[in-house]
Amino acid sequence: MLKDLFNRRRQYVTVGTGEEAPEARPARPAVERDVPKGLVQKCDGCGALLLAKELQKHLYTCPECNHHFRIGARTRIEITVDEGTFREMDARLASTNPLGFPQYEEKLEAAMRATGLLEGVVTGEAELDGVPIIIGAMDPGFMMGSMGSAVGERIARAMERAAESKRPLVLFTASGGARMQEGILSLMQMAKTSVALTRMVEARVLFISVITHPTTGGVSASFASLGDVIVAEPGAMFGFAGRRVVEQTMRQSLPDDFQTAEFNLKHGMIDKVVHRKQMRQTLGALVRIHTARGWAHGE
Amino acid sequence: MANELDFERPIAELKAKIAELKSFMEKNEIDLQGEVDKLEERLKELTESTYANLTPWQRVQLARQIGRPTTFDYIRGLCDEFVELHGDRHFADDLTIVGGVGLIAGQPVTVIGHQKGRDTKENIRRNFGMANPEGYRKALRLMKQAEKFGRPVIFFIDTPGAYAGMSAEERGQSVAIAENLLAMAGLRVPTLSIVTGEGGSGGALGLGITDRIYMLDYAWYCVIAPESAAAILWKDAKLGPKAAEVMRLTAKDLLDLGVIDRIIEEPMGGAQKDPEWMVRKVREVVVEGLRELLSVPIDELLEARYHKYRQMGIYVERP
Repeated sequence: MLKDLFNRRRQYVTVGTGEEAPEARPARPAVERDVPKGLVQKCDGCGALLLAKELQKHLYTCPECNHHFRIGARTRIEITVDEGTFREMDARLASTNPLGFPQYEEKLEAAMRATGLLEGVVTGEAELDGVPIIIGAMDPGFMMGSMGSAVGERIARAMERAAESKRPLVLFTASGGARMQEGILSLMQMAKTSVALTRMVEARVLFISVITHPTTGGVSASFASLGDVIVAEPGAMFGFAGRRVVEQTMRQSLPDDFQTAEFNLKHGMIDKVVHRKQMRQTLGALVRIHTARGWAHGE
Repeated sequence: MANELDFERPIAELKAKIAELKSFMEKNEIDLQGEVDKLEERLKELTESTYANLTPWQRVQLARQIGRPTTFDYIRGLCDEFVELHGDRHFADDLTIVGGVGLIAGQPVTVIGHQKGRDTKENIRRNFGMANPEGYRKALRLMKQAEKFGRPVIFFIDTPGAYAGMSAEERGQSVAIAENLLAMAGLRVPTLSIVTGEGGSGGALGLGITDRIYMLDYAWYCVIAPESAAAILWKDAKLGPKAAEVMRLTAKDLLDLGVIDRIIEEPMGGAQKDPEWMVRKVREVVVEGLRELLSVPIDELLEARYHKYRQMGIYVERP
């Protein structure tokens, strides 16, 4: 079921070339393999044919219909933070196979090759409009952005780092939910990240959750929904159970916009729907407002 | 003035006459300046006497005029930077109560207020300023967020009352307002509210327990809208003007009754006559109020807030 969600746009999931070993990857600078490939791309939203260069110029959104293409974690960070300010944290933190789940290692290897990442989230320190922040971006191409122990640990550490350093945390979510292959340990990542978040709450440090397509299951039912401010990209799917599950439970069909960012805005679940081209500006304003010292501290 | 009120009509007519005379003068190159001067003098007197002697009902009508600055207008004037935030995280995003975070000359603030429409179409979307429970719950969420990050909260009040409908009852209009009252009573940041137009009942108070409360000169604030009071007391909503006379709902009344702290002057004839001036004036007053509140330790503010509301009401103890 969740797989369908991703298959909708499977033509843009990059396939690994197998040219390099997983170990060689973290040292690599910004990658280009986590964005739509080929000279010409067909838009999923309106069918328009778009030149790759043009698509890049529009931050991987369709200039015709505003459809937001899926992008990987590194591209996401690159188009968000001030140029050259990103310093990755916990880059070597990786998954193992705690339950001895069949074919888990193979799936991890394939995901590594496909995304050029060691795990499904990238975290680090950066600046946004000159304000020091902690940033994280989940990668929808790494096993559907699913959250296992390593993803949970990287996010928990990013939260603790934000709390200690009093830097706002900006976290882009994209996830099918908890990772099946780690069973109950995956479920416990929802608990772990929530516990880590209490450090930020106590330290009164801003947490902005940015919902990107798709954010569902255990991630939507934990930190993605716990931002002080929650913004979402247009059309991003954000919900607990997938459309098909809900349809089967209810035995009736659902509205076309079910679980989209716009649906969530109308139902009070998110603060804003923000176009990718305005995202930097919106996040910048929010971190500035939350780090301004104000009059009480002397002007 | 396209939407002048009955009692403003003589002023509008005189204005039209002056304009007519002026254009006649220009067209025919005749000097009637003496006549124009005389009429303009009369216009000034008429305007002053009309607005100096407003009845409470006329004030209620003025407070409802379309064209008065709305909460978003005040926010634009107040904040150098502002991000609107949406949703109660439970059921819906109410479009009547709006809010967000911003900076006033470098000071972070949260601003929350009732948003009326600036035309009929927007008024329908904004439910004519009558909020649903989700609006009060969004306000509560934003207040708690402000408290967490230690920034003051500014409220703009302009509502005929909270929405009275079955859906609102089903989702707990009462408890939504009630929880705001409790939260505002104990909110550990400075708070300031301004009644900019209509202060209708619990729907207004739901954003109005604050360290300072100001009122625009022509605004009204009361336990209920005068027509509704007339409908309840005398079974006739048309007796609203009579109810307005006796209910003591003008800014001056509320200052005398010790409910508000300050009246903010409006341009002659009301904020709608010069919205820009009004917005600037409100910014000036808010900045002054905030500076004062921010200089007081929060525990002292809370103690003062407690006593201020604890002593509301007039009574005797009989021997």
